[in-house]
Amino acid sequence: MSSTVGRIAIVLLPLLVIAVFWAMSAMERRVAGHPGERGFLQRNGAAISLYLILAVGIWTLLLIVLPQLYMVDFSFHPKLPPAQRGGERDVYTLENYRYFIYGSTVRTDQLNTVHLKAFFLTIGASIFITALNFAICYPIAYYMAQVAGPARLRVLLLLLIVPYWINEILRAFALRVIFGVNGLLNTGLMAIGVISDPIDFIGQDIALYTGLSYAYLLIMVFPLYNAIESLDKNQIEAARDLGAPWWHIHLNVVMPFAKPGIAAGCTLVFMLTAGALAAPLILGGPKSLWFTPIVYDRFYQAFNWNQGSAYAFILLLTCIAFVLVVLKAFKVSLGEITR
Amino acid sequence: MSADVELDRVTIRFGSFTAVRNATLKINNGEFFSFLGPSGCGKTTILRTISGFLEPSEGAVRIGGRDMRGIGPNKRPTALIFQNLALFPLMSVAENIGYGLRVRGVPGEARRRRVDELLNLIAMPGAGDKLVSELSGGMRQRVAIARALAVEPQVLLLDEPLSALDLKLRQHMRNELRNIQQRVGITFIYITHDQGEALTMSDRIAVMNAGVIEQVGDGRSIYDRPETAFVASFVGENNPFEGRVVAAENGHAVIESPVGRLRGRNRRAVSIGDPAVLFVRPEIFALGSGHEDGSLESEVLNVAFEGNTTHLFLRGPDPKKPIMVSVPRGAGSSIPEQGSRTAIRFDPEDALVLPAGSLARE
Repeated sequence: MSSTVGRIAIVLLPLLVIAVFWAMSAMERRVAGHPGERGFLQRNGAAISLYLILAVGIWTLLLIVLPQLYMVDFSFHPKLPPAQRGGERDVYTLENYRYFIYGSTVRTDQLNTVHLKAFFLTIGASIFITALNFAICYPIAYYMAQVAGPARLRVLLLLLIVPYWINEILRAFALRVIFGVNGLLNTGLMAIGVISDPIDFIGQDIALYTGLSYAYLLIMVFPLYNAIESLDKNQIEAARDLGAPWWHIHLNVVMPFAKPGIAAGCTLVFMLTAGALAAPLILGGPKSLWFTPIVYDRFYQAFNWNQGSAYAFILLLTCIAFVLVVLKAFKVSLGEITR
Repeated sequence: MSADVELDRVTIRFGSFTAVRNATLKINNGEFFSFLGPSGCGKTTILRTISGFLEPSEGAVRIGGRDMRGIGPNKRPTALIFQNLALFPLMSVAENIGYGLRVRGVPGEARRRRVDELLNLIAMPGAGDKLVSELSGGMRQRVAIARALAVEPQVLLLDEPLSALDLKLRQHMRNELRNIQQRVGITFIYITHDQGEALTMSDRIAVMNAGVIEQVGDGRSIYDRPETAFVASFVGENNPFEGRVVAAENGHAVIESPVGRLRGRNRRAVSIGDPAVLFVRPEIFALGSGHEDGSLESEVLNVAFEGNTTHLFLRGPDPKKPIMVSVPRGAGSSIPEQGSRTAIRFDPEDALVLPAGSLARE
């Protein structure tokens, strides 16, 4: 297929799909009338049902399942020049995973401290940032859900959402401007005489942690807000009336009730933080090495897609395992999170 | 221990809206006291002010003689039972009842003993491990009472806790509440819009309308000797006849109403020319014509047989509100037919003339 034909196909195919879908639904409506309380197949008719199943199925398979499986397969193969791929040297191997742990594809006498350190730092820092994020967002969500009136709630929502209209990378750079050695914060602090010498916020990773916390603030706020909002105000008052101090009410009445929301927010933020790329690249100090840039480098600096796949897969599996263990520990089922 | 509650010229405002105006009364130690009024009359606001969720804009709330200003709901010697009960759904019955004790740091063993005691008091022994969701409406009710009593309040506040129950259970719970109150001996303050509840349970009742306490007294005095047109029309069935006073002497007043001149007792001293309302309760009416200013004649719109009594509905001065007449079974007179005209009479000694004021809406 020549490149022009391919390009036309890419542009036209989605349009064609939409047109076909629209035509089919129009025809169905004319034939079957108003869709009532019927099963999926009866409701949509055989043709559209088949189309829906195929469309969603193919989309899931082609864009989600297969690439992931491909990556898994990739990670168990050695890096080879294109000519040798599929040849006799293209065997299943653990050398990419070995490299992650020992820093070599063959030796096992020395640990790959740089990558391992970055990996555990990433996991540890993500846990810390998730906790920090929760600490910041819980009061906000509680205020929005239980205290604020409708007018103030709208203003708050707007204030929370508007900054996120700005591109993530721009936001990260804005934080760099604020936290830089000659940045806004240092200049301001020195002007009012709190400090005499500028603080290296970026080198100390303060900028990175701030940026990462801020990047996923909304993702924490909304599940929390949703969960707390459905709590009957009278329960808070009942606890107070029975003599509970405010922290006791939050710990024993609000938080147990909001547990699914807390779990949803925390798992999302943890996953996204551990997998964040832009903020660590832009805000990371010279000392700090986040794991995702290493993965990125495996692909695009070392041109070792096999190793990159292995690294990405390690991060993904670790995150999933960690999240599942935490959910288990807090007795939250996956079903509850989606509530 | 129990305590009295005193409202001293309490006014509560929300912005420009005055929810409670100048409420002054004293609820005695160990009394079962009810606030009765239609929704929006300010009775819940008063309850929330006593419990500490609201502070009065003016005036003072005193419990056991102590001014409560600045003391939060968690520090007051009161416990509140919410309209929807507000039981904690994720806790067991025992955890719910023991919550207040846990907050106070009562150790596990003592807490368990106290919870068991309370479960016995509410006749639910052994139900401590159940979840709230497994309980019936009446049981939840009782758990809410036990939870409030666990902290040994001096005053128990109840915000229409029976309104969610069905009729039979409601009547049963009335007795039960009264029994529990007598057993624990503390002050109960009960909020309701249901006059039946207020009349059957309370030692005394405060009738409220539009933020104002209209009358305080025991059930009988409120029913027999209402002091305002609102109380007369809100508590029990009553037939109002609006008009202007044309004569007032010897403790009686005569009003000129659309159905003629009517006489009643003038306990509030209305004088000639004042707008006034004469109230005659359905059971005061008797069939047949009588004295000139103690009878009227009208068309029978409807006849409702209810066993021990028969209710007649006659065309009244207000087309939307027919005159209601109760005829007890065995009164000796034959019941007039629907559509016929009939005369009814009443003893002016049992009718009341009150100054004109807002009437309760149906």
